[in-house]
Amino acid sequence: MRPRILLVLSTLLILAALFMVFVYVPTDAEQGNIQRIFYFHVSVAWIAFLAFFVTFVAGIAYLAKRNPFWDMVASASAEIGLVFTTLILITGSIWARPMWGVWWTWDARLTSSLVLWLIYLSYFIVRSYITDEERKARFAAVVGIIGFVDVPIVALAIQFSRTQHPSALIFEGGLAGSMLVTLLVSIAAFTALYLLFLAVRVHLKEDESELNSLKEAMRE
Amino acid sequence: MKFWSRVAAIAWKDVVSELRTREIIFSVLVFAVLVLVIFNFAFDLAPDQMLQIVPGILWVAFAFSGVLALNRAFIPEKEENCLEGLMGCPVGREAIYVGKALGSLFFMVLVEAVILPVFALLFNIAVLQLEVIVVTLLATIGFVAVGTIFSALAVNTRAREMVLPILFLPIITPVIISAVKASSLVLVGSGWGGLTSWLSILAAFDVIFLVVPFLVFPYVIEE
Repeated sequence: MRPRILLVLSTLLILAALFMVFVYVPTDAEQGNIQRIFYFHVSVAWIAFLAFFVTFVAGIAYLAKRNPFWDMVASASAEIGLVFTTLILITGSIWARPMWGVWWTWDARLTSSLVLWLIYLSYFIVRSYITDEERKARFAAVVGIIGFVDVPIVALAIQFSRTQHPSALIFEGGLAGSMLVTLLVSIAAFTALYLLFLAVRVHLKEDESELNSLKEAMRE
Repeated sequence: MKFWSRVAAIAWKDVVSELRTREIIFSVLVFAVLVLVIFNFAFDLAPDQMLQIVPGILWVAFAFSGVLALNRAFIPEKEENCLEGLMGCPVGREAIYVGKALGSLFFMVLVEAVILPVFALLFNIAVLQLEVIVVTLLATIGFVAVGTIFSALAVNTRAREMVLPILFLPIITPVIISAVKASSLVLVGSGWGGLTSWLSILAAFDVIFLVVPFLVFPYVIEE
């Protein structure tokens, strides 16, 4: 899809999601208004996982096809994933403060999100230490693949050791109908936003690489 | 069968070169003892707190000395262009991965075989139990499986040995968690029964991180 269409789509969906979160959906009986951050927090987490999954798949595609395009997709998606993982940590903290009385606790999902954040931070640290574009893409693909495979096992190990975070209510049918619809609209809004970011960022990277090859040509 | 004789040749090459230079094992051993000593100062433990803190100390010592040892796995290969020679050999890249991993596993196990009794002596804790040894072996396999590929990757970056810990430590969190929890359980007298979930996480980690790096390692050293 073209960025312009995505821009319109994500703007409309975000406006709809904002309306639903702040006006349409009823206030949570136990938690009050603070619970509204849930729609943001869960959508952001979903985008982070989607983004890292795309990095994983694009990494495999790069190793198989050696087309620089796949590395652009992988790294652009990892950038977005890292930003959204940061948002998971920030929105989680804002929610945790009134609910649990602390900004941070070493609970299972908080800890998993932090480890996730660290894994993808190392993805960019590796990239920054390699000058050769082809090698950068290859190593980044390897880190993206190993990192993604590690995520479920990190989550499992941490889950076994501690938990304070509410379990995934969504899958247990513990969520009221209006709340579920609001959540789904929020997720759709963020997914459109993710696709927009990805398209823009890949375009930018393509222009960057074209500019670099033009510069090379000028020098010769 | 040919695959394994090649793997053995590569691992043996590392063992022989280590026996002649004594570069890795001795420094790593001293480093691990230093970590134990520093933790002793950092916590200044009362005897009744020992059992809660001590497994963590052991695994921090093993993880950090693992970083030190694994960093050395590919640096000598890089220095004299040995890796190019190795890649010129008629062996699959996968054999290089398994061979290097086996070499590192050997060094790590040797270091741990010394550190465990030293640790038992210094902290007066009975860690020399079969359960702890099995946990240590499973965890060490996980360390070298991940560490070998990241070590090969790290030496080909500008920052070299800076990169390995940054990549390695977040990925091995499940190993650290499981090893610490399992060793604590053993120390408070839980038998095999209580360890099942931790042992299965360790085993799952080992299997996954032997297969995935085995598949992607050829892409790391291809130039």
